[in-house]
Amino acid sequence: MDINTKEKVSAKFGGKIIEASTQFDELSFVVDKSDLHDVVRFLRDEPGLKYRHLSDITATDWLDRAKRFEIVYHLYSFDLRDYVRIKVRVGEDEPVPTMCSDWKTANWLEREVFDMFGVSFSEHPDMRRILMWDEFEGHPLRKDYPLTYEMPQFTFNKDEPPEVIK
Amino acid sequence: MTINMGPQHPATHGVLRVILEIDGETVIRCQPEVGYLHTGIEKTAEAKLYYKALPMTDRMDYLAPMSNNLGYCLGVEKFLGVEIPEKAQWVRVLLAEVTRINSHLVWLGTHALDIGALSMVLYAFREREDVLSIYEAVSGQRMMSTYFRIGGLAEDLPENFDQLVRTLLKNITVRLQEYENILTNNRIWRNRTIGVGKLTAEDAIDAGVTGPLLRASGVNYDLRKARPYSGYEKFDFDVPTSNRCDCFGRYEVRMEEMRQSLRIIQQAIDGIPQGRFRARAPGIVLPTKEETLYSMEALIYHFKLITEGFSPPVGEVYQTIESPKGELGFYFVSDGSPKPYRMRVRPPSFVNIAALPKLVVGGLLADVIACIGSIDIVLGEVDR
Repeated sequence: MDINTKEKVSAKFGGKIIEASTQFDELSFVVDKSDLHDVVRFLRDEPGLKYRHLSDITATDWLDRAKRFEIVYHLYSFDLRDYVRIKVRVGEDEPVPTMCSDWKTANWLEREVFDMFGVSFSEHPDMRRILMWDEFEGHPLRKDYPLTYEMPQFTFNKDEPPEVIK
Repeated sequence: MTINMGPQHPATHGVLRVILEIDGETVIRCQPEVGYLHTGIEKTAEAKLYYKALPMTDRMDYLAPMSNNLGYCLGVEKFLGVEIPEKAQWVRVLLAEVTRINSHLVWLGTHALDIGALSMVLYAFREREDVLSIYEAVSGQRMMSTYFRIGGLAEDLPENFDQLVRTLLKNITVRLQEYENILTNNRIWRNRTIGVGKLTAEDAIDAGVTGPLLRASGVNYDLRKARPYSGYEKFDFDVPTSNRCDCFGRYEVRMEEMRQSLRIIQQAIDGIPQGRFRARAPGIVLPTKEETLYSMEALIYHFKLITEGFSPPVGEVYQTIESPKGELGFYFVSDGSPKPYRMRVRPPSFVNIAALPKLVVGGLLADVIACIGSIDIVLGEVDR
C-alpha cells in the first residue's frame, strides 16, 4: 500500500471520501457516485500517483442494505506498482456514471456488471448484455437469483422451488 | 458487407463470434461477441467452500491450469495469512513457468497454423507432451491438474519429477531455436505479421490489455517483477518487451518469454529446498495421511476441514498474478462465513479480446485471423 496515495486523496477530497480503509495492505476508498469521476481522474492524472491502468470493474450485491450494490474499481499505477480500490454504493435502479470516456476497458467491464447485476451505467455507449443472451431474464450474480435455476426451464426440476444461496 | 465469423470457426480459438463489416477486403467495423462458454463459475463459487471452488479455476484458462490455481490460492492465503513453506513456493513457481511454456506452445502452434505454417502445430504439440507428462506425474491429470492447494501442494513431488523437468529443459531449449529457424526469417510469416494489428502503448493502456500484448507495445509491466508473489523475487530473469506494437512483436515477446521461463525453471529445479510441501496450519490445510493415522487431533482437524471448511475474516482481497495471458486477478469478499460472499475473476483474455476492434479496423480481412491469434485468447477464461 502506498501511504502517499491515502494522504493525497484525503487532502484533496477531504469530506467527500465516505470511507477510507486499509486491510491486508490494500487501500480502498468509498466515494459518492457524483464524486467518482473527480476521484478517479485525480488518481489517474496527478503526478506522483498516475493510476493509469484500470484493472477491473466489478460489483458486490449486499442484499440487506439500502444501497444494495457496491461497484468496485481497481486501479493500478505503473510507477508506484500498487493498486487502489474505489467503491461506489448505489441502490437498485440507480445508474452509475460510466467510465468509458476515460478508459476503453470500461466498456466491456461495465457491460458485464450490467449483465450480471442489472446495474446500469449512464451514458454508456453500448449498454447491452455481454455474457448472457438478450432474452435472458434476471441477473445471475444477484444474491436473490437462485443458483439451481434453468433459463429457459425445461428439465427435471421444473416444478421444484429453486435453491437460493445467500 | 457484413460477415459473421464464428462462433464455430477453427481460427477463432473457441466459440468466439466476430461480426465484421467489410468494404472490399478492408474491415471497417468489428464487434466481438462472447458468452457462448459462460458457465457461471463466479456464481457457483459463492455456493462452495473455499477449497471446493479451486478445481473450477482450472477450467477457466484450460491451457494454464496451474497459473489459475496459483492466483486463487494466493488470494485465499492472503486472507488467512498462511505462511507457505519454501519448498511449496519454489515448486509453485516452477510449475507456473512450465504452465507458461505450455500456454505459449499452444499459442505458437495454433497461431502459426492460422496463418498457414501447418507444421508448427505438430511440433508445438510434440513438445507440449513434455509439459503434460510433468502434469501427469505430479497430479495424475494431464490437463485439469488442480495440483496446488490452499496452503501448499496436494502431494509431495514424485520421484521422477527432477528427471522430467530436466528432459523438458533440454528439449525445449533446442526446439525453440528450431521454431525460430522456421518462422523468424520466413518471408510469409514476416509479411503476415509485421505491421499487422498495430496497438500503440497509449492505446494499449487505454484498452487495459495486459500480458505479452501490452509488453509488445513497449510497456514493461510484468507482475512477477512489479509485485513479486510466491517468491519470484528470488529468481533471476528478464522481462522481454518489444517496441514493434504489431503481431510480430508479440511473437518475439512470447518466444523470449519462453526462454526466460526456462531460466526460471532451471534455477528452481537446481535449488528446490527440502522441507514440507504444505503449511502446518491446522484447520486450513489438511494433515498428511500418516498424521491422521496416529494423531487424534489431526483426524479431527481433517474431519472439520472437510465438512465445515474455514472462515476467513470479514473483508476483501484483490490478488493478481501474471498468468501467461496477462494480469489474472481474483477478488474475494468475505462476510466471515466459510463460503466466499463474492468471488470475482479478472480474466486477462476478456479484457484483451475487447481490444480486437482496435487491432483490426482499417486492416485486411485476412489479418483478422492473425490478430485474434496474436492476442492469444482462451474462451473458457473470457466467459468463465
